[in-house]
Amino acid sequence: MPHSNHWIVPSLNLLASILLLISFAMLSRRRTQRLITLFAWQGLVLFTSTCLVAYSSGQKEMYYSAGLTLMLKVIALPWILHRLIQRLGAQWDSELLVNIPTTMLVGLVLVIFAFGLAQPISRMATTITRNTIGIALAVIFLAFLMMITRRKAVTQVIGFLAMENGLFFAATSATYGMPMVIELGIALDLLVGFFILGIFFFQIREQFDSLDLSHLEALKEE
Amino acid sequence: MDILIVLGLPLLGALLLALFGARRFAAELNAGMSFATLVAVVFLVLRVLRHGSLLALQEQFFVDSFNVFLVALTAFVGFTTALFSRPYMRIEQQRGRLGTQRLRLYHSMYQLFMAAMFLALLTNNMGLLWVAMEAATLSTVLLVSLYRTRASLEAAWKYFILCGVGIAQALFGTILLYFAAEHVLGRQGMTALLWTHLNAVKGQLEPRVLGLAFVFLLVGYGTKVGLAPLHNWLPDAHAEGPTPVSAVLSGLLLNVALYAVIRCKVLVEGSIGSYLPGRMLMGFGLLSAVLGAFFLWRQRDIKRLFAYSSIEHMGIITFAFGIGGPIANFAALLHMTVHSLTKSSIFFTAGHASQTAHTQQMDGIRGLVGISPTVGWGLMLGSLAILGMPPFGVFASEFLILTTAMREHPWTTPFLLIALGVAFGAIFRKVQPMVFGESDAPPLSHPPALVPVFIHLAMVLALGVYIPPMLAEWYRAAARLIG
Repeated sequence: MPHSNHWIVPSLNLLASILLLISFAMLSRRRTQRLITLFAWQGLVLFTSTCLVAYSSGQKEMYYSAGLTLMLKVIALPWILHRLIQRLGAQWDSELLVNIPTTMLVGLVLVIFAFGLAQPISRMATTITRNTIGIALAVIFLAFLMMITRRKAVTQVIGFLAMENGLFFAATSATYGMPMVIELGIALDLLVGFFILGIFFFQIREQFDSLDLSHLEALKEE
Repeated sequence: MDILIVLGLPLLGALLLALFGARRFAAELNAGMSFATLVAVVFLVLRVLRHGSLLALQEQFFVDSFNVFLVALTAFVGFTTALFSRPYMRIEQQRGRLGTQRLRLYHSMYQLFMAAMFLALLTNNMGLLWVAMEAATLSTVLLVSLYRTRASLEAAWKYFILCGVGIAQALFGTILLYFAAEHVLGRQGMTALLWTHLNAVKGQLEPRVLGLAFVFLLVGYGTKVGLAPLHNWLPDAHAEGPTPVSAVLSGLLLNVALYAVIRCKVLVEGSIGSYLPGRMLMGFGLLSAVLGAFFLWRQRDIKRLFAYSSIEHMGIITFAFGIGGPIANFAALLHMTVHSLTKSSIFFTAGHASQTAHTQQMDGIRGLVGISPTVGWGLMLGSLAILGMPPFGVFASEFLILTTAMREHPWTTPFLLIALGVAFGAIFRKVQPMVFGESDAPPLSHPPALVPVFIHLAMVLALGVYIPPMLAEWYRAAARLIG
């Protein structure tokens, strides 16, 4: 390791725990606006940790992917989401979350499960971030849980994006990031997918006068 | 170079159709670009026949015996579907279900979808494979919601979210794969994601990590294959999208997704040296086959019926790959080919049948033979073919799968027989009154393009009687590769 500064590993661990905390916070937030802010914070933490890993490992490529994260996940996507819900007049929408305590408990179990699953990988990894692989997996699972428990289209999308954050974090923790071409491809897919979702919001809204997905339950097996 | 042309033509088509897709000749342009792609693929195939498998562009792309016939199949069905879509979409437009702008979107996305599938098939890079699979989903989401009805929006949303989550699992699997490979191959030169390199060192990859990776990859790509219990998006997307899209989803996309699963299975099996991945494929496959078959009984919508039939057949193919060995793999590859041809031809006739009857509900579709004999007989023959009647090719592959299963895993035989029997009863009982019976509906305003249907069925028939030596050689080589 080129710079094995003793302060880097603890601060990376700290950032990882902040990431996990944000994921839990997302599970319990009701207002769409707050969720978008949390998502932007998650992106910022991701950006900082990627920069730290890039600095300590001397991998130049990682600065690019950190820059990509900053532009896409901290600035562009939250901004577009923000504008989008303003145009849809949905910024103060809130959801009725009946069982936050249960969701939190399920989330805790998922975190433990994630750490168990990540054990063999962490043991094999040579990166300085190997301890955080479990957290990355936990972030993915928590985002998944959020998608299952929420009924609003915008919230599900934020869950989806948070899951992608978790995947990105997993890639940096385990392998110092995927090759640049792949990262670009993933970013492109994410962006295109996001635009399609934007179009979708308007289509759903036009048809149903609401972004509540409980309307979308007509197609079922009889 | 050939590979770049194959990838470039549909991309060019997408661009041209995005510009001129609203013109009158858009459907012809779409068919023309698909034909040009088919010609390019024929040249590629000829080159492979002469020189054997090839690697290109710093090994980023490759053609071997496993993907060469899938590329050819994709180009061929892509072209015939474009031919079918010409009169079909004209009728839809006439009936006011679609405007010219929507048709522009449709044509452009169709070409983009083809490009994504070629990229997924031809790339040697497991990361690019993932990117291409995601691109294939994204390009079809707006096609599923093309009619902008409530049901189609719901179907498209479900498709997007379920496949999006699925494909996210596959990305995690790919990351794990890269992680394991990096220890053996290093970070330099991007070789750690190239399938050919991974395949060469698969014995040295860390088994525990690869086992974990396979679970994620199977669940991820398996969602796109439509394996039960991850199949929920499939019937909705097939039923609510325009019929040409159902035809390419069922005939091509499911194959491409399964191709991705099998590429991963080869690596993982080589690494962990046990039959576990094969057993998992067998389990998922058998469950899909049985569940798919039983769900057939409950269907009222003609396109949903055949969507469930696709789940059943993808289950059978996955099961066969799970058994492994030269014969079962050979049968699975053959079944992939004949299922793709048969199912797309069935969707062509089902599309015209529901246009004739102005409904997709099977109760409303009656007496097709009287109104339009070609549609009626096309549907009947297609159904007989998909049900595995001899001498169609589906019979040959199902027979091989069944006999291999009997020999190697006797306990699975009853499940397979039940699935096949139940599917037979359900489909035959529902198709028969649609084809025969009385009706006074007027014929369609545009003559339906049924040449593709009969070409497909003739090919399936031919494959049941005689497999050309070159194809058989590819199947055998691919079967050895899959192991």
